[in-house]
Amino acid sequence: MSSLLASLRTPRGLLTAVLLLALAILPLLTQAFDQRYLLSIGTRIVIWAIAAISLNMILGYGGLVSFGHAMFFGIGGYAVGILAHHGMASGWIQWPAGIAAAALWAALIGALSLRTRGLYFIMITLAFAQLVYYLGAGLEAYGGDDGLTISRSRFAGLLDLRDKASFYWLCFALLCATLWFCSRFAHSRFGLVIRGAKSNDLRMTALGFPVFRYRLAAFILSGAFGGLAGILLANEGAYISPAMMSWVKSGDLIVIVVLGGMGTLFGPLYGAIAFFALEESLPPLLDLGRRGWGEYWQIAFGPMLVLVALYARGGIDSLFGRRHD
Amino acid sequence: MTEPLLSTDRLIKRFGGLLATDAVSIDVRPGEIHALIGPNGAGKTTLVSQLTGNLRPDSGTIHFAGRDVTHLPAHARVRLGLARSFQITAVLREFTALDNVALAVQAHAGHSFRFLADARRDESLRRPARQGLAAVGLAARADMAAAALSHGEQRQLEIAMALAGDPCLLLLDEPMAGMGAEESQRMIGFLRALRGKRAMLLIEHDMDAVFQLADRITVLVYGRAIASGTPEEIRANPDVRQAYLGDDFTSAKNS
Repeated sequence: MSSLLASLRTPRGLLTAVLLLALAILPLLTQAFDQRYLLSIGTRIVIWAIAAISLNMILGYGGLVSFGHAMFFGIGGYAVGILAHHGMASGWIQWPAGIAAAALWAALIGALSLRTRGLYFIMITLAFAQLVYYLGAGLEAYGGDDGLTISRSRFAGLLDLRDKASFYWLCFALLCATLWFCSRFAHSRFGLVIRGAKSNDLRMTALGFPVFRYRLAAFILSGAFGGLAGILLANEGAYISPAMMSWVKSGDLIVIVVLGGMGTLFGPLYGAIAFFALEESLPPLLDLGRRGWGEYWQIAFGPMLVLVALYARGGIDSLFGRRHD
Repeated sequence: MTEPLLSTDRLIKRFGGLLATDAVSIDVRPGEIHALIGPNGAGKTTLVSQLTGNLRPDSGTIHFAGRDVTHLPAHARVRLGLARSFQITAVLREFTALDNVALAVQAHAGHSFRFLADARRDESLRRPARQGLAAVGLAARADMAAAALSHGEQRQLEIAMALAGDPCLLLLDEPMAGMGAEESQRMIGFLRALRGKRAMLLIEHDMDAVFQLADRITVLVYGRAIASGTPEEIRANPDVRQAYLGDDFTSAKNS
């Protein structure tokens, strides 16, 4: 706690504190300014930030470029949707089932794909994600390509997820929990093994670490948090579809992590905010130039990413000065 | 004679048509320094990789500390007390010197499936790590990033990491490579002080160092062990002189 207070004195700490505070009271702000739409963007930012943090556990800290992370969106989401479709509305059943399914799937594909390196790892994770995608599209009973409108998870007497503000706060609380876990994870024995293996896995093996086992465990953890994000995403829109796990979404998650700062605690959150802020603001800005340009906002977004890749290797996080860990 | 700590029996490794390890049988006794020498491409590193478990031999067996480890994975051999340093310096560059050694300590302190407690505040890891750093003379560099250390210091750091698990056998792949004369001498002194406490299999090109340190020497040429014996025997061996050392070697040594 004292170190938390001490970190408030740095520009980075202060900024992060203000940001978290703003996120914490977002429903009050959007209500005060009567901007309902902003709350829905805020909810999506928070959910995507959870997914990006979970990807960052293996991508940023572990150096494993998984190009299929959106599959965990799908698995968490479909677990909720399928159970809801069969009348199993309780979140107490749906949510653990969704997280367990994501973790189990991560264990299965991790055990196979973690035997490969570099480009092969990227391709094999993409392949598994496509597999899940087409599986979802093939589930005609659950809407196939078109997806399925679902009813939100029920937490009887505790929470009504249909209430936008309550749902947002639940997501925000889970974001804080994820951030807390990640902050502990990064400096734990486990985290140091994962980060050491990123730096030099041969060295870690020569020190006596069974690197594969630790990476698999990290992959499972990452998948479980990714599944949680999928559960939230399904509840946010009361809708599931294969589109939530398309490879484009997996790419967006990588972009968010890289944009925000790989291997940093708050980087994925900064990245998610920046990503959605640009996605929302670039089209109308470009439309000011000429009507219809807004549709091509990614023409402006692309070069920004190139600039980050070239000149701000640490992402947004590095703009706040060097970290010391 | 004491039971050897490490022994290989007719180890064979092929890469396509190349016989990189040709029926090599060597042994290392407890506490001795056994040097492995040979010209470039003789298969020294290939042999070491099989001993560590990074490469699988095509046939033959490896015994270590009284058991057959031929099919044991690399990390499990380390647990049995077999540590190595690399030919090309392999420290964790982004981590501090102290972190590097603390991780080496951690590797031997039970499993690392601990997700919440801060490992950098764990005195059961940090204290032995600080002692290990001090032992190789790097105490003052503890908080520097490993990448910022000089080449010689990184090699010392490697030794500290290898020693952290209290191994009974050290495989040292050219520990003096790229070092200046003064650094080399310091490393030689350090390794000599370890003699008798830990067995070492030393691969080294610097013949001065080899003859200063080794109790026994095995000469590897084209994957084959052509001679094995005390430094005096090796120096006098005509095959070795022809194949590797060169005729001017013995005269230079004796002058």
